[in-house]
Amino acid sequence: MLWIAWKMLIGNRAKYLGIVFGVAFAALLIAQQSSIFCGLMALTVSQILDVEGAGVWAMDPKVKYVDDVKPMADTHLYRVRGVAGVDWAVRLYKGIARARLEGGSYEQVILLGLDDATFIGAPLNMIEGSIDDLRSPDAVIMDVVGYRKLWPDEPFQRGRVIEMNDRRAVIVGLAKVRKTFQSFPVVYTRYSQAVRFAPPERKVLSFVLAEPAPGISPAELARRISAQTGLQALSRDDFLAKTIRYYLLNTGIPINFGITVGLGFLVGTAIAGQTFYLFIVENLRQFGALKAMGTGNGTILLMVLAQALHVGLVGLGVGVGLAALFGWATRSFSKLSFYMPWQVLLITGVAVFLIVLLASLLSIRRVFVVDPAIVFRG
Amino acid sequence: MPSSVPQSPAVQVRSVTRDFGSGDAVARALRGVDLDIPHGELLMLVGPSGCGKTTLVSIIAGTLQPSGGEVQVFGEDLVAMSPPARVRFRRTNVGFIFQSFNLLPALTAVENAAVPLIIAGWSRARALPAAAALLDRLGLGSRLTNLPSELSGGQQQRVAIARALVHEPRLLICDEPTSALDAENGRITMELISGIAVQPDRVVIVVTHDQRVYPYADRIATMEDGQIVSIEARRRGEIGAPSHHK
Ligand SMILES: Nc1ncnc2c1ncn2[C@@H]1O[C@H](COP(=O)(O)OP(=O)(O)O)[C@@H](O)[C@H]1O
Ligand SMILES: [Mg+2]
Repeated sequence: MLWIAWKMLIGNRAKYLGIVFGVAFAALLIAQQSSIFCGLMALTVSQILDVEGAGVWAMDPKVKYVDDVKPMADTHLYRVRGVAGVDWAVRLYKGIARARLEGGSYEQVILLGLDDATFIGAPLNMIEGSIDDLRSPDAVIMDVVGYRKLWPDEPFQRGRVIEMNDRRAVIVGLAKVRKTFQSFPVVYTRYSQAVRFAPPERKVLSFVLAEPAPGISPAELARRISAQTGLQALSRDDFLAKTIRYYLLNTGIPINFGITVGLGFLVGTAIAGQTFYLFIVENLRQFGALKAMGTGNGTILLMVLAQALHVGLVGLGVGVGLAALFGWATRSFSKLSFYMPWQVLLITGVAVFLIVLLASLLSIRRVFVVDPAIVFRG
Repeated sequence: MPSSVPQSPAVQVRSVTRDFGSGDAVARALRGVDLDIPHGELLMLVGPSGCGKTTLVSIIAGTLQPSGGEVQVFGEDLVAMSPPARVRFRRTNVGFIFQSFNLLPALTAVENAAVPLIIAGWSRARALPAAAALLDRLGLGSRLTNLPSELSGGQQQRVAIARALVHEPRLLICDEPTSALDAENGRITMELISGIAVQPDRVVIVVTHDQRVYPYADRIATMEDGQIVSIEARRRGEIGAPSHHK
């Protein structure tokens, strides 16, 4: 019987494509918008993700998210190092600096100061030069996208000089880093150097990065550091979650995307629901004939659900495929950032499932009440 | 008739009424119908349009409930039966041939003819060859994989005949099977129904207002205004049977 349901469904090519189009449209809208939303959320935590190797971030108790730096006294580094279970702990400077270019124009950059000895938090993917080049005087490494933004169409010039806080900074390399939420160029340097590039402040330490000794979980170490130093210490995962939660709760981003995704759901339900309903109504006679010949309502329900599920799956595939294609096609020039984790597929799948379920439940009533005697009418 | 045929009528209709609508707008489609049909008979139901023929056969086929009266088919009480039981009854006991064919447009001829077997739970591997064999007997062996839209009206009706008979039902209901067909195809259709469908243990009811097919009947029941007003016995093929030339 499912085979008959399938044949009925694809038998009318135009109707079939219409329903699939409706579902695919909804899936595309939902998947695409959710992916851009996830992309934005990923931007907000990109600078946490770019620091690999440290399981725990310790910071001022008032810090709400990764860009919300509250400078601390340098002595906190030693207090963290004194906590039992700390394998190692290093400093990280993070701030916004004003860079003066050769032409005299100013650009804001994200300045990251890495521990002088270990370079913990250094970019992993060097395009030009090497991380060790940071050891030379005044050396900085810039992110490649930022470099191209400041000097479009110019090849990399090793030794190019910019000024920050009236001090020379020499660009010795380019690195590939994750896109940031503020989308300023990212500049890496040694911690001792960074504090001189930064606007003069009494306290400069942004974060202490710590790694637990073997056998201790990051969460456990974070608890210990918090308890012993009064700092806010978070495992990397918790810091990611805290930052994302901050953006979710304190910006209009989720509402805006929620509205679009909701609209996609409504439009998809309307289009898919209506075309599916029309398909069912147009085939009432056929369902009537099947009922006259002894098909029970349970089987009829299964047939309609199978038809709905079929268009749901095909529409989901097409819609998500188109969304992925969109993300891929716009990857290089889009200001939007597109990130499609499996959760997006799950959400889109659930939404599409609900859409086709609604559509079939709306129509199934008509099939249930259809009088099998309909088939005798001319 | 062979002595092995059971003596009680296959179809017993007693005082059956059927109203459509209610209050002032009520339409009395059947006003008390009594009818017995023995096994092996081809009964024709004739009468003017709107006199209740379709309503009566729908009730006998178990697709419509009467407003009053009793209906027994093959000893089963269709009125008292639960709806699911009535569905099962139709599945095994009833074959339908409609004026408007009612084939599934997306299925090929052989797939359409196999539908009752599929509904009965047969696998396609078993059902399709059975349907194909029957279509072959009906002269459609070369059109098995054609869609209904690729077949003439007469061919479509032959697919419908195959579909009505493929599961060997004991009751065959034909509602105006020839009225959408030209004379020649109407004749072929009735030849097939009377030649292949009529069996000693089967009841065939043909609703028609096509006088040319009357000769195929064992009996002709004439309806008027929701009642059977006369029943005329014939010996099938006796009077004015179409000659078989051409
Ligand atoms: N589903 C229905 N709703 C309302 N009236 C109906 C319905 N079916 C049949 N009727 C009425 O019942 C009467 C008998 O109809 P029907 O049995 O179809 O007649 P016939 O088949 O002899 O032309 C007609 O007056 C018709 O209008
Ligand atoms: Mg009628």
